[in-house]
Amino acid sequence: MAPYQNIFTQVQLRNPHGELGVSAPGDVANRIGKPGFSYWLGKLGDAQVGPFYLGGLGWASLICGVIAIEIIGLNMLASVGWDPIQFVRQLFWLALEPPSPAYGLSFPPLAEGGWYLVAGFFLTASILLWWVRIYRRSVMLGLGTHVAWAFAAAIWLYLVLGFIRPLLMGSWGEAVPFGIFPHLDWTAAFSLRYGNLFYNPFHALSIVFLYGSVLLFAMHAGTILACSRLGADREVEQIVDRGTAAERAGLFWRWTMGFCATMESIHRWAWWFAALTCITGGIGILITGTLVDNWYQWAVDHDYAPAYPNVLPPAPDPSVEGPATMGAPQ
Amino acid sequence: MKTFRFGIGEAAIAVPVVLLLLAMLFLPDYDRPPIASVQSGFRGTGMALVYNPRRVAEQLEAQGSADVEGLPPLVEDGPRAADAYQNVQVLGDLSAAQFLRLMTAITAWVSPEQGCNYCHAGNNLASDDLYTKRVSRWMIHMTRDLNTTWANHTLQAWQGEDYNGAGVNCYTCHRGNNVPLNVWSNDPDLMASMTGPLAHRAGQNRPADATLLASLPAGFQAYHLTEERPNTLDIRVNNDIALASGNRASIKQAEMTYALMMHMSGALGVNCTYCHNTRAWGAWSSMSPKGSTAYHGIQMVQALNSAYIEPSGVALPPHRLGPLGDVPKVNCTTCHQGVYKPLFGANMVADFPSLTDPNEVDADRLIPGLVDAATSISIGEAIKAGGLAPG
Repeated sequence: MAPYQNIFTQVQLRNPHGELGVSAPGDVANRIGKPGFSYWLGKLGDAQVGPFYLGGLGWASLICGVIAIEIIGLNMLASVGWDPIQFVRQLFWLALEPPSPAYGLSFPPLAEGGWYLVAGFFLTASILLWWVRIYRRSVMLGLGTHVAWAFAAAIWLYLVLGFIRPLLMGSWGEAVPFGIFPHLDWTAAFSLRYGNLFYNPFHALSIVFLYGSVLLFAMHAGTILACSRLGADREVEQIVDRGTAAERAGLFWRWTMGFCATMESIHRWAWWFAALTCITGGIGILITGTLVDNWYQWAVDHDYAPAYPNVLPPAPDPSVEGPATMGAPQ
Repeated sequence: MKTFRFGIGEAAIAVPVVLLLLAMLFLPDYDRPPIASVQSGFRGTGMALVYNPRRVAEQLEAQGSADVEGLPPLVEDGPRAADAYQNVQVLGDLSAAQFLRLMTAITAWVSPEQGCNYCHAGNNLASDDLYTKRVSRWMIHMTRDLNTTWANHTLQAWQGEDYNGAGVNCYTCHRGNNVPLNVWSNDPDLMASMTGPLAHRAGQNRPADATLLASLPAGFQAYHLTEERPNTLDIRVNNDIALASGNRASIKQAEMTYALMMHMSGALGVNCTYCHNTRAWGAWSSMSPKGSTAYHGIQMVQALNSAYIEPSGVALPPHRLGPLGDVPKVNCTTCHQGVYKPLFGANMVADFPSLTDPNEVDADRLIPGLVDAATSISIGEAIKAGGLAPG
């Protein structure tokens, strides 16, 4: 029993020559490096590291990504007067900011948002090239393209935030700053500006799928680990050839909730929950500011923001009512 | 299979990981119980203030007191100060005894160590030679303005169940210091990289006290607190109706408001729900009456900085100016100092009723040229030039 109550991978397979796997057209010659083994990586996953395949798309993606990170990093370094110590100390606060909204969709001077657009271009190019690479590797290996399309769901959200919505709003200034705390502040400010994103139904859907993904992940991973002593880790075989592991896993969930996934369907559930997190989130962002400007007011209009009794004396807007109506003693 | 040994390579990974974990565990600012909460709105709305009684006790201790030892009783009869003394341009309508009594108190509030000679040159009390004398005359004028024009913030502030404020005197800001401790001037770090080909900092993205160490734009002070704006409407970024209808306030504008509100939160030692029902920030229908007091407070700070503080730069020597040559200005912390009401609501004017009288002379008569003076390099102007609203 004990060997299966594990946190780390218990068995490390080490072929002295490494496993090269199936040969796909054109790839063997392009693989970089020789198989190596790492004890600690083997604890987490497979002990074999490499060889890698980058190819033209991979290289192009990496180069674009490095250019983007360099532009962001050097601008951050300039903002602390090229002081490497302050760069490290303030790193979480630093950012490359999008242009001021006054520039609209024009290309601003480099120092006032131009660098942001250049960095954004290269980052986007890098991500899209990496997507094509994933798609092509899947096809080369004779796989379905599920991973590529799941990645595309995340890219959809990224493009909505940084490209499509700013385009519709008519201002690159709507885009998200490149920075650790600054992008979090942007997120909070986005909700503040548009009257509380909590009341945005697509935001709610996105959270349902996000938390649902976590729940499914925990249920599935727990089930497989619990049955791995019976071979449940060989999931693919058990789709058609149910062994003791799959039978018990299914029985467990049928007992506890009356219905269960199959070894295949659980992955479809998880895939859609993960993808829909980004798809619905992207829709929620896209219609904020373009269609709906105040989500709280929208919820009031559609009768799903509860009304609370007034326990405090009224506070009329002083800019409208003037101080005389405040009930203040004169 | 190779046997595992813990070598330099493993240590190079393990040691930083362990140090990082320890830092995450021990670096945050923990608050030991007890934690007291005070409900301030309807149940379920989260409108509650959270306090640690130990910290409140520390704050109470740190407030000091505006009480002045050995102060004579208030005598309002007798000759007027303007007749009894020479060159009395403000407070001339007080009795000579009352005038002297207030001068004694001001000395205790502002220059307890230097005494009368901090403002008065030698034995000639009428002399205007020292800049401190000229500026303090201006500040007395400002204090009366605070207690009259801005009574809606200082004397009619929301307290418990009624509008009933404590007023201000010199001690509210000065606390025994020549220059109040909590003032701000334009920050060269925020101006860094404002020229040259690389990206400008745009007044934000550094840990600033004014934004409670957030990366929010600390330039909000120059933007929101230096210019009188009749309705503070540029602070309001929300649309009144649900669907998009021409409100072009940008997210950067929202960050400016966010920064201002974080500053107010820190300055008053309260959380957002002190005024707001946070489900709808801009809805006055669910706002606490304290929101009205805060509204007038924002306008008051704008007026103080633009009408009194910045113009007083003509009288100040260079060593009193900020690193970029602007006058150190006020914000909410200048008076509040981390407390929801300055000095926990201790009454500052009951013993000094003359401070709540209206000014008898116009402000710009006191120091010639004062109102027209513009001495500061304003980040606010730089930000505004960049523009927060879409063009």
